[in-house]
Parts: sequence; structure tokens; C-alpha cells
Amino acid sequence: MSAVLQVEHLSASIGGQQVVEDVSFSVPATGVTAVLGRNGVGKTSTIKAILGLVERSGTVLLDGEPIDREPTHRIVQRGVGYVPEDREVFTALTVEENLRLAVRDREPRRELVEALFPDLVRRSAQRAGTLSGGQQQMLSMARALLNRNRLLLVDEPTKGLAPKIVTELATALQEAARTVPVLLVEQNLQVIEQLAQDVVVIDGGRVVHTGPAAELLGDEAAVRRYLGVHAEQPPTARRSDDDAPGAQPPTARAAEEARP
Amino acid sequence: MSITVLLLITGLGLGALYFLVASGLSLIYGLMGVLNFAHGAFLTLGAFIGFEVSRAVGATTWPGFAVAVVLGALAGAAIAALSELLLIRPLYQRHIEQVLVTVGLGLVTVALYEGIWGTDPIFISGPAWLDRTTSVLGANVPNDRFLAIGAAVAVLVGLVLFLKHTRYGLVIRAGVENRAMVTALGIDVRRSFTLVFTIGGAAAGLGGVLASQYFGYVSAHLGGTLLIFAFIVTVIGGLGSLTGAALAAVLVAVPQQFANYYLGIGDLIAVLALALVLLVRPSGLMGAKAA
Ligand SMILES: Nc1ncnc2c1ncn2[C@@H]1O[C@H](COP(=O)(O)OP(=O)(O)OP(=O)(O)O)[C@@H](O)[C@H]1O
Ligand SMILES: [Mg+2]
Repeated sequence: MSAVLQVEHLSASIGGQQVVEDVSFSVPATGVTAVLGRNGVGKTSTIKAILGLVERSGTVLLDGEPIDREPTHRIVQRGVGYVPEDREVFTALTVEENLRLAVRDREPRRELVEALFPDLVRRSAQRAGTLSGGQQQMLSMARALLNRNRLLLVDEPTKGLAPKIVTELATALQEAARTVPVLLVEQNLQVIEQLAQDVVVIDGGRVVHTGPAAELLGDEAAVRRYLGVHAEQPPTARRSDDDAPGAQPPTARAAEEARP
Repeated sequence: MSITVLLLITGLGLGALYFLVASGLSLIYGLMGVLNFAHGAFLTLGAFIGFEVSRAVGATTWPGFAVAVVLGALAGAAIAALSELLLIRPLYQRHIEQVLVTVGLGLVTVALYEGIWGTDPIFISGPAWLDRTTSVLGANVPNDRFLAIGAAVAVLVGLVLFLKHTRYGLVIRAGVENRAMVTALGIDVRRSFTLVFTIGGAAAGLGGVLASQYFGYVSAHLGGTLLIFAFIVTVIGGLGSLTGAALAAVLVAVPQQFANYYLGIGDLIAVLALALVLLVRPSGLMGAKAA
């Protein structure tokens, strides 16, 4: 299968310090490819390096064309949608203004976004800063889904959210992934199981494993080695910054925090 | 009573001049993270160009004054746009160098203006109405105060409408909050850098023409003097906030006038106000929010 994105020997640094060492992987032209790894291994930095949001070197090809020397806005204009970690909606702008700002296509997919996130329609005049964490995440995802992209880069969309919202977001992503390939950073193993066909595991700024998602999730020892978590671990209670705290599926993050 | 009214309106007039400088400073800092020390140079150029064209057209006539206002603002806009394109843009993301360049530009332009127009203040005249006074509650208020206040209010309203209702305004408001995310939506945020410089330069150039009427003279140091207080206003208002700058301009200039009249310590009051705000609300009255 052809790849929509090829990353070769990508390294990145922030403030002069190298945070991505030498990362190579490719993203197939369909489906969801998940990026896994413990906290702080460089997942977000890898995404940001692809987008040119941090200083980077190496080769990045989008549909075979190099984008590693282009400024961020050009890369995005080529059809790369970005849903950043921590949402990064514009809090001083209304929901509608956030969406309007994100429109690049002549005919944005308003109906799709409104069908996926009806809550946003009701709140279109509300300032994004007053939305709950889950609603902000939906807005952040809606911004990316408005345009017909060639690739979506989605960074921990379920982080810190209540189970009900996690399900809703995962469903929206699944829907989106039917028409656009997605590179998804995610720590929630249930979400990965539901969505991802392939995984890329990063550790210490390098890729340590690539392969089918099912294969990795089925290998308890590998999951434990790479992520420090049991795939079959019972749900752990975890605080959430959304409306209701509740039971959560196991995540690498929860396991890290639980470690002595 | 009449002296209170006079000081109040004169203070508002001074605040109007501060705002015309501070509005650009605040937007430029809010969006680009650059403290623009060359902003006074934009104002001074506006004042000198206004002086020259009104002299050519007829300094004491309204057409002469109107042309001075328009060309003064255009001159401010032009020098600001050129500064951004030629000096600031090549240093993209190198903030310290950018600030140093603006400091250098501020110094060089003063020398340049002195070379062209001399080191002595040039006393100017305008339409006769501006030199007269209007009686307000028994106070004889010079008419140029009203002109400055009216112009500043018009600029404030115009800028707020622009920020709220245009695509560029939307980009600027978003950029003030999170510049990287604006580029990550596929928007070339550098274009709006040139735009805020141009808008800020136009407001400063207009401020230059009005300031020369307010003070009655033009000099190479006109902009530098106002710039210091405009910086204070910008910080008090909250870097990046336009309405904050408007509010702070009044809160600095009015007490400054009163303190000057009664105690002779107006400038000290401005600095004390700055210190107070920095202690109580370090992010300024309105934080970082473009409108
Ligand atoms: N702004 C920054 N300044 C300095 N170091 C940073 C910065 N951002 C990230 N880092 C460092 O870079 C490394 C990789 O960070 P990154 O955010 O890419 O990890 P991550 O895998 O996304 O982590 P998480 O699972 O917590 O999101 C970390 O060691 C982090 O401390
Ligand atoms: Mg991360």
C-alpha cells in the first residue's frame, strides 16, 4: 500500500535540546496509525516536527513530496489537519469564530461537523474559553474536519476526558478516518484497539516498534515493555477535567502515575 | 470647578494622543512579541510630513489641515510597513534582535529628522478654530483637545470594528492569543504582522499631526517623548489589548494633568501608576486580548 506520509531520520529540538533523535516510519494512505509511547518520549514533538512547529531536520514526504523545508502554514495548506495536544482552541474567540478561522476549503464540510458535534452548533456564539474540556476537544477536532485533508495529525484527543466524551470523540474519529488517513497519538489502549490498524512505538526519541495494532495489543509482554501497562488491566479510576470523574480504561499515563 | 474641567478635558486630550501611539504598540506586541521602540519615529515623521504639506497647501486653512492629517497618517503607515518588511521580517522569531533593530531605528531617525528639520522645535499654526477655545462649564478649553479626543475615539471604534468583523481582524485576535496555532490552521500569520505595523503606523502618524497641534510645535523628539508614556499605557492596559490601552491612556493622562497642575509631579504619577499596576495585576488591566 502506498504511504501518505513518510518520515525518515526525523530529529527535532526545542530550545537547542534534541527531543526527537532519529525517527522513521510511514503512514498508510487509509486508516488510523497510532503513535504510542510513555510520557515524554517525544510523541508530540514528532508531530510538531512534521508540521514544522519545532526546529527539525530529516526527510518528511507528503504523498511523495518533501515538506520538511516548508513553513507550517504551507504544510497545512497542502492538506494536513492538526488537532493539537491540549486542544489549543482560541479561548477569546467564539465557537463560530474558531471554526471560521479554520476554514480553508471553498466549500467547508459544515454539515459533517454539525452532525458529529451538535453541541457546537448550539454553542456557536459562546466563547471557546467557557467550554468544558470535552467541548473544547470537539471544537479542536471540528476545526480539522471542516476541510478535506489528505492527512490528519491528532495528538491525544481523549486526554483527561470523561469516558462518555472519550467514546463520543472516538466515534467521531472513526467516522473521519473513513475518508482521511489519521496519525493518532493516543494513550488510551481501548481507543487504539477500536481505531488503529497500525502502531508506531516511540521510546527515547526513537521508533522502537512498528506493526499491526492487533499484534502489539495481543502481546502483553510487549505492551508492558513499551508502555509500562497491562493491556488487560482492570479499569482504573482517574481524575478527569471534564464534567464527571469516572472509571477509565487503562492508559500508559495512568500506569506511569501508579508506579511506585 | 472650571479648572477641574479644563484639566480633565486637557488630560483626555493627552490620553487621546497616548492612545494613538499605544494602540499600535499594543497590537504589535500582542501579535508579534516585539516591543517597538521605533514607534515614536513613525509619529514624528507623521508630524513633520503634516507640517510640510499643510505649509504647502495653507497651514491655517481647513483643506491644508485635512491634507496634513491624511498624508501624516499615510507617512506613518508607509514607514511602519517598510520597517516591518525590511528590518523586522528578516529577523523572524529572533525577538531580541528585532527589538534592538527598533531601538536602532528610533535613534537613527531622530538624527535624520534633526538633519533635515534642525534641532530646534518648529512652532506651527493650524486653522484658526484650533487655536480658539470653547467654554465648557465655565472652562475655556482649547479646541485642539476636542479634535484629539474625537480622533482617538474614531480610531478606537474603527479598530474594534475591524478586529471584530473582518477576516484579518479575526486572524489578529487569534494570533494575539496563540500565534503558532494560527499558522497550524494554514494561515500565513506574517502577513498580519505587516498589517498591524501599517495600522499602528497610521495611528501614530495621525497622532503626530494632532500632537503637533496640541503642543503647538514639531520636533525630532516629539515621538520619543510620547513613546515613553505610551509604553506605560500599553503595559498598564495589558500588552495586546486595545480597549485596555484606551482605558489606561485615560487613567494615566488625566491624573498626570492634575498632578502636574497641583503638584508639578505629573510624570512621577505615570510611573507610580505603572508600578502599582505591575504589583497588583502584572498582566495589565485587560490581560492579552486583542479587542
Ligand atoms: N517547550 C519545551 N521546552 C523544553 N523541553 C520540552 C518542551 N516541550 C517538550 N520538551 C521535552 O521534550 C521531550 C518530549 O516531549 P513531548 O511533549 O514530545 O513528549 P510526549 O511523548 O508527547 O509526552 P506526553 O505523553 O506527556 O504528551 C520531553 O522530555 C519534554 O520534557
Ligand atoms: Mg504529548
